[in-house]
Amino acid sequence: VKAAQAEPRTLAPPGRRTAAVVANRSVGAYRLLSARDAGGPPDPRPGQFYMLAAAERWGGGEDERPYLPRAFSFARARRAGEGVELDFLLEAIGPGTERLGSLEPGEGLQLVGPLGVGFAAHEDRRAVLVGGGIGAAPILVLEDELRADGAEPTVLLGFRSAAHAQGATLFERAEVATDDGSVGRQALVTDLLAERLDADPDATVFACGPPPMLEAVRALCADRAVPAQLALESGMACGFGACFGCVVPTSDGYVRLCLEGPVLDADRLDTALFPGAGH
Amino acid sequence: MDLCGIELEGPVLNGSGTFDAIAARRAFGDALLEEFPFHGFVSKTITVEPREGNPPPRLWETPAGMINSIGLPNKGLEGFLATDLPELAELPVPLVVSVMGFSRHELATLVARVGEREEVAAIELNVSCPNVAEPAASVNEIAAAARSATSKKLYAKLSPASGDIAAVARVAAEAGVNGLSLVNTIRGLALDARTLAPILSTATGGLSGPALRPVALAAVYACVKATGLPIVGMGGVETGRHALELIAAGASACALGTVLFSDPAAPARIRVELAAEAEALGFDDPFDAHAVAHGDEAPVPLRHVA
Repeated sequence: VKAAQAEPRTLAPPGRRTAAVVANRSVGAYRLLSARDAGGPPDPRPGQFYMLAAAERWGGGEDERPYLPRAFSFARARRAGEGVELDFLLEAIGPGTERLGSLEPGEGLQLVGPLGVGFAAHEDRRAVLVGGGIGAAPILVLEDELRADGAEPTVLLGFRSAAHAQGATLFERAEVATDDGSVGRQALVTDLLAERLDADPDATVFACGPPPMLEAVRALCADRAVPAQLALESGMACGFGACFGCVVPTSDGYVRLCLEGPVLDADRLDTALFPGAGH
Repeated sequence: MDLCGIELEGPVLNGSGTFDAIAARRAFGDALLEEFPFHGFVSKTITVEPREGNPPPRLWETPAGMINSIGLPNKGLEGFLATDLPELAELPVPLVVSVMGFSRHELATLVARVGEREEVAAIELNVSCPNVAEPAASVNEIAAAARSATSKKLYAKLSPASGDIAAVARVAAEAGVNGLSLVNTIRGLALDARTLAPILSTATGGLSGPALRPVALAAVYACVKATGLPIVGMGGVETGRHALELIAAGASACALGTVLFSDPAAPARIRVELAAEAEALGFDDPFDAHAVAHGDEAPVPLRHVA
């Protein structure tokens, strides 16, 4: 495992570029969109994100949306020639994700990134990775990286249905909980986390998921004095500090999640259920 | 080009509060400076006291644009001068500092302190933020207070929401501002799909993006006629064609805002498109199209107020 870095941030080129969609396949309730980013850096850090938009037909849909690009953590990155092939995990829940999820091979995916600060793994502590729903995406690339470095992280995933739990098939080894018990245990992923921390109180937790899950992870880790890094989400127009829209209340006041995050140390937060969380 | 005495290498600026060059340098590194997107840089608005800004949620996508309620977060005058100004002074283009005072005294303090810094080419008076308590003074009083506090070039940024923006512009001109920035956002409201409650923490916010474009054109058209002042036009510009239309309505330069959120390198594209659009319509230089929308009543040549 790499030593913890002060700031795991790969810089983005200062402009939008068009990546070529090379695949778009269904993974249960999700789409896994792959695009070849010839002009981007080959080494985005787990937890960093890209601002995505379709090159064509972005806008003009229902209510003239979408208009703004959408922020997505990448789920995997593979070197491809001079550039990189990026995977994004999507669920169509609105006009932006519907359009992105409909992209076909050969179409253009506009992107700016990688942006933000990713996870910083610690050499001397076992990693427990927690993903909820679409939040599994950055957990996937973190699992890959930790295993490639010879570590054996515990991966705990929570989904709401069997169709969503198909997302777990992307992982090498993960324990799954579902709301309806259709796959894995009928439990909350934070129940699995509590059991895991009972067995291994010296772990570090890395989590991404919906705000209620992240808040449960934060509270659980705070009670046990377990360090945790949370990949958060907040309404974001630009991704590089221009719009000031994505602020999160922390012990240092409001911080722009796109610059200081999206991964924040959990002990900077009083709550992960801040207004605007998860947009 | 010469924008009322400020030497610019081209016509594209940023709208105040739509691009944080210091933050962007963290995301993009020094590559940002190598091909800096703008010909002049306008700072986010500063106030005398530090402000944390409005609570989230602060923004929402709306038809053909977005609304925001950011609330002028900034380090305050002293924090700006000590921390931000030295970094902004490293930018390779002239610097305009946007200020907002809650009283004439505050405004005079801001303008005097910022105006004495040689790194600052001009000062923009933000008299039109839709997301903070309104300034206590009128545009006339604000412009006059600012004018007596500095000899630097002053721009007044006006709201298109006033009943008669040309009249406001005339008042600002008579009080001695050197130019106008048109337009700020216009107040808008978005409701939650399920609860029908306002989405933004402050209920209303400022509307920007393509939805604002015709409003901006109308404001530029009216104000250049009323004052003859140089105008930095802005509002929903996304292409060179949009920039050309602002120039035709009477703008001397244009500023980009919301489009930057999708593409921080949009200015370079828009510059190229602007030249091509102008040429296609028979103008050797885009600024040959200045105010042509006014036909025979075109307010040319520009009146450069010293």
